[in-house]
Amino acid sequence: MVVIKQKTITPSGTVRKLIIRLIIACIIVGLFVWQAFAAVLPQDRSDAMYHSYQGGGMSIDGPSILLRKKIGNHVSVSANYYVDTISGASIDVLATASPYAEERTENSVGVDFLHNKTLMSLNYTTSSENDFEAQSIHFGVSQDFFGDLTTLSLGYSKGNDEVGKTGDESFLELAERQNYQLGVTQVITKNMILGLSVENISDQGYLNNPYRSVRFIDASSARGYRFETEVYPNTRRSNAASITANYYLPYRASVYGEAKVFSDSWGIQANTYKLGYIHTFGDDWIVEMRARHYQQDKADFYQDLYTRSAEFNFRARDKEMSTFNNLSLGLSLTYEFQFSAANFFKKSTINLDFDHVNYNYDDFRNVLVNSTLEGDTSGIAPVGEEPLYQFSANITRFYVSIFY
Amino acid sequence: MKAIKSTHLRLLLVIMVSGFASGCSSTFEPWVKPYERDNLADPIMSMNRNPVSLAYTHHAYQAREGARGAEGGAGGGCGCN
Repeated sequence: MVVIKQKTITPSGTVRKLIIRLIIACIIVGLFVWQAFAAVLPQDRSDAMYHSYQGGGMSIDGPSILLRKKIGNHVSVSANYYVDTISGASIDVLATASPYAEERTENSVGVDFLHNKTLMSLNYTTSSENDFEAQSIHFGVSQDFFGDLTTLSLGYSKGNDEVGKTGDESFLELAERQNYQLGVTQVITKNMILGLSVENISDQGYLNNPYRSVRFIDASSARGYRFETEVYPNTRRSNAASITANYYLPYRASVYGEAKVFSDSWGIQANTYKLGYIHTFGDDWIVEMRARHYQQDKADFYQDLYTRSAEFNFRARDKEMSTFNNLSLGLSLTYEFQFSAANFFKKSTINLDFDHVNYNYDDFRNVLVNSTLEGDTSGIAPVGEEPLYQFSANITRFYVSIFY
Repeated sequence: MKAIKSTHLRLLLVIMVSGFASGCSSTFEPWVKPYERDNLADPIMSMNRNPVSLAYTHHAYQAREGARGAEGGAGGGCGCN
């Protein structure tokens, strides 16, 4: 059936169209005519990093290597190799299965191209696990305006996932994702920069985690409840907007702040706030201290406990879909080696980044608490009244960077 | 009501036209001159001074949170079962 909508033309509608045309015209003029301003290729550098995440029953670590090099004055190429070695299992999986070990390898290659002082970038990434394959492509363009005081950047990404399941060779589901990004960086004073970033992401396909389950009341079961497969909607659209500010202090130090809002078509609403202070000691040491707070409200179809099997069409008990908050405190140390200007290598740094994160869940209960009592039934919590789950994690990154 | 909205839009149009017209001219005078940008160019003023660490950190948070986006790409996959 074809439905034809009749458009009504109003004076304000005409003005709105005119404004939109004017904005588009100015952006086009900006991209193709005002090209007298500086845009630069990313700096040549190589980084070798060891990363580690420990917490919530999970241990994930591995290397990440980045190589970046200019070719002539217009092209810069980059390559990144990254590995996650995973052991253990989060509480979502432990409730129904055993700990496991697996590895994820991510490879990406990119090229940046400076054309008449417009910077364009193209990036291709693949990620591979024994039960998950992903690939994505990203295109970005950025341009400086108004005497280099404003930088506008636009980005588009498209990704495809193939989701498998260990122990079930016939299981194969697909998902695809599109991201649209817009960023503006604005110089406010000689000591202050503001940044604004918005991103729209849409997903389609199999968006569940095939290993995760929801629980529902079943009086005939020994525990009083049972688990069944979770069911997510097969589409998701989300919007995020963030504002950042960096301010330079008179004694070679800086403070920064970031505020971000997020909402999606699943009903999740979230806020993130970040504050940091960077201090230098002489020419060699950089110390950074930071705090980050995140809070979210649950997805519409999330429930810790359903009253019966298949109670609703969509159901989830992933703790990432619940109402929770986390607070992280972090510290970074950087030591810089400066080489002679005549040397091929210009500078090298040794870096250690550490963050401690506390997660507190408001409606995700710790069902493992009863299974640890081992025969002592006096402390068993009634179904649906188990203690709320909480955990902490340590995120560590140790890396060496060399600039040339 | 419609008249008010239309007036507001016209006013906005006039402001934008004058704003873009001044911006489009090649005589735009930046209020922070190129030689005054030493502090802004210092790596400690960059949100992305260590891209490898930043990408990993975004990934570590995003894998355990519902929110995503508006922070630069961090690669596919999750490693978060």
